[in-house]
Amino acid sequence: MDTTVARSPILPTPETSFERPNYLNAEYGWKSWLFTLDHKRIALLYLLSVTVFFGLGGTFAGLIRLELLTPEGDLMGPDTYNRVFTMHGIIMVFFFLIPAIPAVLGNFLVPLMIGAKDLAMPRLNLASWYVYNLGGLFTLWAIVNGGVDTGWTFYTPFSTTYSNTYVVPTALGIFITGFSTIFTALNFIVTIHRMRAPGLNWFRLPLFIWSTYATSLIIMLGTPVIAITILLVGAERLLGLGIFNPKLGGDPVLFEHLFWFYSHPAVYIMILPAMGVISELIGHFARKKVFGYRVVAFASVAIAVLGFLVWGHHLFVAGESIYSATVFSVLSMLVAVPSAVKVFNWTATLYEGSISFQTPMLYALGFIGLFTIGGLTGVMVATLGIDPHVHDTYFIVAHFHYVMVGGTIMAYLGGIHYWWPKMTGRLYPGFLSKLSALLVFVGFNLTFFPQFILGYMGMPRRYWSYPPEFQVLNVLSTAGATVLAVGYTLPLCYFAWSIKYGKRSGDNPWGANSLEWDTPSPPPTENFYTTPVVTHGPYEYTREDVHNRTTQEANFG
Amino acid sequence: MKSTFPLFPDSASTLSGHVDALFIVWSLVSLFFTILIAGLIVVLMSRYRRRHPEEVGADERAALWLEVLWSAVPLAIMLAMFAWGTKVFFELYRPPADAVEYTAIGKQWMWKVQHPEGQSEINALHIPVGQPVKIKLASEDVIHSFYIPAFRVKQDAVPGRYTSLWFNPTKPGVYHLFCAEYCGTEHSRMIGSVIVMEPRDYETWMAGGTPGKSMVASGSDLFTSLACATCHRPSPGVTQRGPSLEGVFGSQVKLADGRAVTADDNYVRESILNPLAKVVAGYDPVMPTFQGQVSEEQLTQLIAYVRSLGPTGAAPAGGTGGTPAAGTPAASGVTNPSSAEKDATSPLNTAGQTQGAAQKPPQK
Repeated sequence: MDTTVARSPILPTPETSFERPNYLNAEYGWKSWLFTLDHKRIALLYLLSVTVFFGLGGTFAGLIRLELLTPEGDLMGPDTYNRVFTMHGIIMVFFFLIPAIPAVLGNFLVPLMIGAKDLAMPRLNLASWYVYNLGGLFTLWAIVNGGVDTGWTFYTPFSTTYSNTYVVPTALGIFITGFSTIFTALNFIVTIHRMRAPGLNWFRLPLFIWSTYATSLIIMLGTPVIAITILLVGAERLLGLGIFNPKLGGDPVLFEHLFWFYSHPAVYIMILPAMGVISELIGHFARKKVFGYRVVAFASVAIAVLGFLVWGHHLFVAGESIYSATVFSVLSMLVAVPSAVKVFNWTATLYEGSISFQTPMLYALGFIGLFTIGGLTGVMVATLGIDPHVHDTYFIVAHFHYVMVGGTIMAYLGGIHYWWPKMTGRLYPGFLSKLSALLVFVGFNLTFFPQFILGYMGMPRRYWSYPPEFQVLNVLSTAGATVLAVGYTLPLCYFAWSIKYGKRSGDNPWGANSLEWDTPSPPPTENFYTTPVVTHGPYEYTREDVHNRTTQEANFG
Repeated sequence: MKSTFPLFPDSASTLSGHVDALFIVWSLVSLFFTILIAGLIVVLMSRYRRRHPEEVGADERAALWLEVLWSAVPLAIMLAMFAWGTKVFFELYRPPADAVEYTAIGKQWMWKVQHPEGQSEINALHIPVGQPVKIKLASEDVIHSFYIPAFRVKQDAVPGRYTSLWFNPTKPGVYHLFCAEYCGTEHSRMIGSVIVMEPRDYETWMAGGTPGKSMVASGSDLFTSLACATCHRPSPGVTQRGPSLEGVFGSQVKLADGRAVTADDNYVRESILNPLAKVVAGYDPVMPTFQGQVSEEQLTQLIAYVRSLGPTGAAPAGGTGGTPAAGTPAASGVTNPSSAEKDATSPLNTAGQTQGAAQKPPQK
């Protein structure tokens, strides 16, 4: 291989590439996995862990939808239902949505995308996976023992004084898991600063790196606040120190401020990496530079910064003064501008592109549609006159699921479909994967769109039983959840199948030109045989480039 | 009355239409942008679909004016909606001066509502149509939220403080009352009905119930039985241990540390439960706490009584409390800009406790 040529393409040798030494066949045995320091293997360990938690959280979601099929509470008792929606929220937020894209895709891709051998601190990276699982075990232990019923928001004084469930073990699980995200974020920041390949300046970085960087900043600055808040909840619950309970001299609204000071930025922890994935998918499947690259990159940073200034919009009806509500309302609208700009830029990227409709792109296009609705309804609920009516109703539930599920999970699945050949060297069935994208899109809308109407009708969230006039829309929602469940189960099956039986993908089935595709699939342990030298920005395609890179029928399946 | 498959909630207060208008316009704007984005995607997808496996996209044609355009247009729309939304919000949270004050206390898992005349109901609220109603909210335990979808109003009932909301029903009927803030096991059963009646029916309903003592009368009884009167009722020739409460409510109170606070619901509440937090200038911090000795309900009665002693004319303005003009502190540490209006009717001017029971809040 010619080491002087920048970003030398790999010769198309699909039949032999899999047998070459790579990170998967470098070592064998459980020890080689549990003690690995390879970021790619750690990413796969994380993939396994978050998939387990996603399955668990999804099961709880299914139970919620089943219970709500009828107005009467008949499937389970109210205490069980309260535990179920609490565990659904806690698992999905803290153990799936927050770690999913950074810890799986980020871990796998950050070094590959910047031409590095590994993350800056491989041991810290492995430690983060163990810490994540330790926190998860605490929470699982709490579930097995009977769960927790405070809602994922842990509002005081209910959580500190009135709940008779496993609040402290669950909260401790979240506290511990927080450190794993901090480890990962720290690793990313150091790696992106210090280990970029020669020639890879900041404006040649893939947009996924920009958004991962912005996310890492939020994690570093925000997570300590939730950690402290959890300790204060524990201190009040276990030691009776009066912090939040007014009967002990505390202030319950203080908790809401502390909680949302982290948990609103946490929403951006979940959505920013997803936006990064979408920028990659749009750029590469349109084979065109993402429109307004710098604007999109800085929009990520703007969202990260402004995201810290809007927490008060969760408190419009909580007794906050109407004047501070006014300030938080206008700031919340400002943070919507960079998000809107991103959507317009992605759409503009399609103009004069060469768009292929393979599965990852279908997920990306679905993301744009759903995220647009999620974002617009977000601005609606930030509008002061509307929020008092829809606050704590299904309108809010629908809104944040459009952002978290329609946004983050669509992007996560799109990303997994895009980089699966890179991770495993295998292809998955094209038709089935397109079907899954369609089912997820249709099932999602059927599940959550009726909830907008329910919310404006006035159905409060976290209701175990509800007035009968809300039933039709709830039945639609449950029907949609069934379709969604099939849509999510399919990829699980064909990905598992493809590991053994999938067609070999070759090094670069998409003909993509970013650094991670400049090395074999799956990559060798050290990522690159020679240190790549970067001479141009991402998404800059030429015809011969594509011709030289493509290793497999581009429209597989 | 209710259709089995409604898609839009009842609209039954003077402000519900304002909220709906805001919501509908926002929905149309959202629909426009969703269709714009989705339409562009579909058009561009089909127009620029890849026709050859090695085809690539055109070079970027950067256009700063486009970036500016699609930053500025959403921003302008949002700021306009912000202004409109804030106007509606201020209307929603600033009760008119003639609103009649009811009290609703949330506790796991029911709403206890008290009429100013003393009637109390559980999980129900009977009100006459066309009468502005202010609901003062408190909680015995955890955070609840008082929500009437048909009126488009919601406010958390937060333990340890008072909050309030108001509405003016326009249509007789029976409407949902929900608890909207998750509060434990029976959260979804902490629901009730708001029954809006024609004034005549309301009178009949009021006459039919067993009239309890009015809030003020009950508060007056408590004022005596808890021995508040020992320190807070002026008697000639005796050095008072606590300030007289006459004319205090709604006025500016000068504190021992030099600050001044408005004597509103939350201040009186704090002074009962945590007396040393804000001691009035000129008095020693000697009052014991009544935390744990009075229920939320009794607290609201005591406050109703204290309010009846004060210049209530200025009273129920806004969620932020009245803001009377600042004046020079009087000897008692209290300034009372409008005491002249009320003092003739104050029960403290006359001996005997039964007078208090005769007091009625201003009725409309």
